[in-house]
Amino acid sequence: MTKVITKFTRNVPHWQPRVKPVDLQEASDEQLDALKVTPSNTKVSEYVLTLAHDVESLKVRSPLFNAIMYDKGGMSRSERELGALGASMVNHCIYCAAVHAMRHAQIEKSTEVTDKLFRDGAKADLGTRDRAIFDFAVALSDCPSQAGPEHMQALKEAGLNEAEVLDLILSASLFGWANRLMHVLGDPVRLEDAGK
Amino acid sequence: MALDTTALNSAGIGAGTAVQAAVEGRANIFEMTQAAEEAVLRPKDAGPWSHDLRAALAARIAKLNDEAELAARYAADAGKFAALVDPTGNGTAQGLAEVVGFMDKVAADTRRVAGADISALQSAGVADADIVRLAELNAFLAYQIRVIAGLRLMKGMSA
Repeated sequence: MTKVITKFTRNVPHWQPRVKPVDLQEASDEQLDALKVTPSNTKVSEYVLTLAHDVESLKVRSPLFNAIMYDKGGMSRSERELGALGASMVNHCIYCAAVHAMRHAQIEKSTEVTDKLFRDGAKADLGTRDRAIFDFAVALSDCPSQAGPEHMQALKEAGLNEAEVLDLILSASLFGWANRLMHVLGDPVRLEDAGK
Repeated sequence: MALDTTALNSAGIGAGTAVQAAVEGRANIFEMTQAAEEAVLRPKDAGPWSHDLRAALAARIAKLNDEAELAARYAADAGKFAALVDPTGNGTAQGLAEVVGFMDKVAADTRRVAGADISALQSAGVADADIVRLAELNAFLAYQIRVIAGLRLMKGMSA
């Protein structure tokens, strides 16, 4: 039995595809090649096997994702995670929100910010810099984007430089992408016999 | 070599500006972004979604996001699917009502997408691999459109 998770949590759920993932035994050479460039080589997740249906996209997406979230310089890793979380909360992607809230808490060694966001939503009481970052990510994630000069002004006043603002744009936008795969192609579930 | 990508051209990022300096620092990301656009708009293996249909859907999603300039760029390649660019049409005339309805919802009302939206496509005869292709096209555009909107705001700020 599985239970679909509908509330934000840092306890990362299992992702259950709504379509049939590629069967590794039947994968084409191009699919096998693309699966090698994913972050996890030892065990290919159902998510990656689902995306392998569009192998040309998968091949370019994994290195792009890693560059935006982990390349050196610019914005700190935890603040990129906050940008990712803002987008994921707008799009209600429970899975992405869980993974990136958990990473934020790990990097910061504190659950304070993500506790507040999950408890109080967008109105949560955050520090000036986190507030500016989160508000911008949320506004940019609407359709159409609601981000305006006032958000840019708030980022500047909070002390972000051009490189950091660009990294925030990239990480929040990237989750406009990731959310539309994770939230659309599968369900976040709790496996009842997982023993966690 | 100067970066020549859809995102940078659409946002109008000029040489010698502070925004351009930041962009140069992430040149690899903008190059990969352009490669990703190729993969979703002009893939070698397009499945049932031809390049002109993909361009039409991309232009439609840009319009749903009020990105007129980007929409015009994509619409130029929409060919016989040009009528789909207008978001007031629902795709029935092209026999693509389910596909168009799905793409609109994923683009503009993401949070409300549910399992039933995927099963509706499956019932309409769309194969699982081709559902993933639609999602990738839509998802990439969500990213590209927001990068452009963000760059434009940065440009306004440093002007």
